[in-house]
Amino acid sequence: MDKTVIRAMSFSHYFGPVPALKNINLEIFQNEIFGIIGPAGSGKSTFLRALNRLNDLIPGSRPEGTLEICGQDVYAPGTSVAELRRRMGMVFATPVPLPRSIFENIVFGARMAGEKNRGRLTELAADCLKKTALWEEVRNRLDVSALKLSGGQQQRLCLARILALRPEFIMLDEPTSGLDPISTMKIEETLRKLQAEYTIILVTNNTKQAARVADRTAFFLNGALIEVDLTEKIFSAPSDKRTNDYISGKFG
Amino acid sequence: MRIYIDPKIEQRFFRAVLWLFTGVTVFILFFIIFYVLKRGLPVVSLGFLTKNPVEMGKAGGIFSTIVGTVALTVLAILIATPLGVGSAIYLTEYTRENWVTRVIRFGSECLAGIPSIIFGLFGFILFVTKLGLGWSLLSGSLTLAFMILPTIIRTSEEAIRSVPYAYREVSFSLGSTKWQTVTRVVLPSALPGIATGVILGVGRSIGETAAVIFTAGSSLHIPTSLFSSSRTMSVHFYILAREGISMANAYGTAAVLIIAILVINVLAYTLMNKFMRKYC
Repeated sequence: MDKTVIRAMSFSHYFGPVPALKNINLEIFQNEIFGIIGPAGSGKSTFLRALNRLNDLIPGSRPEGTLEICGQDVYAPGTSVAELRRRMGMVFATPVPLPRSIFENIVFGARMAGEKNRGRLTELAADCLKKTALWEEVRNRLDVSALKLSGGQQQRLCLARILALRPEFIMLDEPTSGLDPISTMKIEETLRKLQAEYTIILVTNNTKQAARVADRTAFFLNGALIEVDLTEKIFSAPSDKRTNDYISGKFG
Repeated sequence: MRIYIDPKIEQRFFRAVLWLFTGVTVFILFFIIFYVLKRGLPVVSLGFLTKNPVEMGKAGGIFSTIVGTVALTVLAILIATPLGVGSAIYLTEYTRENWVTRVIRFGSECLAGIPSIIFGLFGFILFVTKLGLGWSLLSGSLTLAFMILPTIIRTSEEAIRSVPYAYREVSFSLGSTKWQTVTRVVLPSALPGIATGVILGVGRSIGETAAVIFTAGSSLHIPTSLFSSSRTMSVHFYILAREGISMANAYGTAAVLIIAILVINVLAYTLMNKFMRKYC
């Protein structure tokens, strides 16, 4: 019943001679919230950035093996990277609003894709702001610099900016690591609402967050996938000792 | 044995020394401006600004040299800015640090250290004689453009480099191409820094004498085309003072020149601040 939308088969990723990801075999299903936990340097972010090929920006970066999204190889020659990145909307650890207005931040992706119609852009911005529960807070000041928003608002803006790409996936790289508990809660609530329409991959260094929102959780360590299972299973009866050690706070 | 100095006294002493250094610098600047304005301003009048020089500049105004200065500077900036900003974009965004970029950077740094009279001589040989452009606005502005190019490259490069890497990452992750990222995200953020370089270039062009006198000549007529010879304010000042034509008018010209540079700087920074305050 669960439809596989992302499939990694013996996928490794090198930066120079060093593998940051080693031989990953993994499936992600449609409309699930897929949590990825692991200590710093475990390759969680590298995996996300392999999916939207943001790793390509780093000199000496080299993928190996197969990484498929909806059956298409991400690294196949002739793949449109811009289109791929629009399908795989990504939110970063620190909210990075571009130095322009709230409105222009949200419609940035659409503009880059060639949309010029003012009416459609306005509609798009309103729609995405409503989905991230930011609309009521900013509706009267869409032309204000996005840098004037609070940290939590900025991160929801980044989420709205991703939704404006009309992506199929939402990838979040430790999205709440710099936020207070209330802002974190708002983001998590939003993610649960968005689950109906999107497949969500949530990398987090906060294991409790994975326990709260993820349907299934994967544990990465030193570039290797140690274990992936239903979240309840991972947090109640992990099959690998290292997973248990990590979630019970013995290291990491 | 070390002599013990009370850190509090040491602190006070060096604060005073640093204050003194700053004070001397500012004093020299204000002294020059004050002196030039004191000797020059009495000559400056509406007629001085709007009338052409008469009898080699002994009488009349400096209108044609103002026109010459503006034309030459604007042309030089129009030539140098795209070249300089383009090179800076290439060096920062389109190549990785390697020996080619180091050679380019070293070359442009050397270019910055060449005395302007050498640029003048080079411009004279290449543009005025070899390419047959004669003493003209075109020869002069091309020479000036080459002269200010290193400054514009350097400041633009630094401005582009100081744009946070995260902006580029975000832009790419939202599906922009490299060119879109550079033109829509990186350049707007780097604009204040780039503008600083361009303003420095304007200042250098306006004040330049040696490179201009060899390439644009010293005609006192209002230039009518790119191929007209023209005299700038600094060249006019040089000739008036050097040949003892009129010291009063020389200082008048200098006063106008200094005020022009001040106004340009203040205006440019005000505009930039306004622009910055809106979104940054």
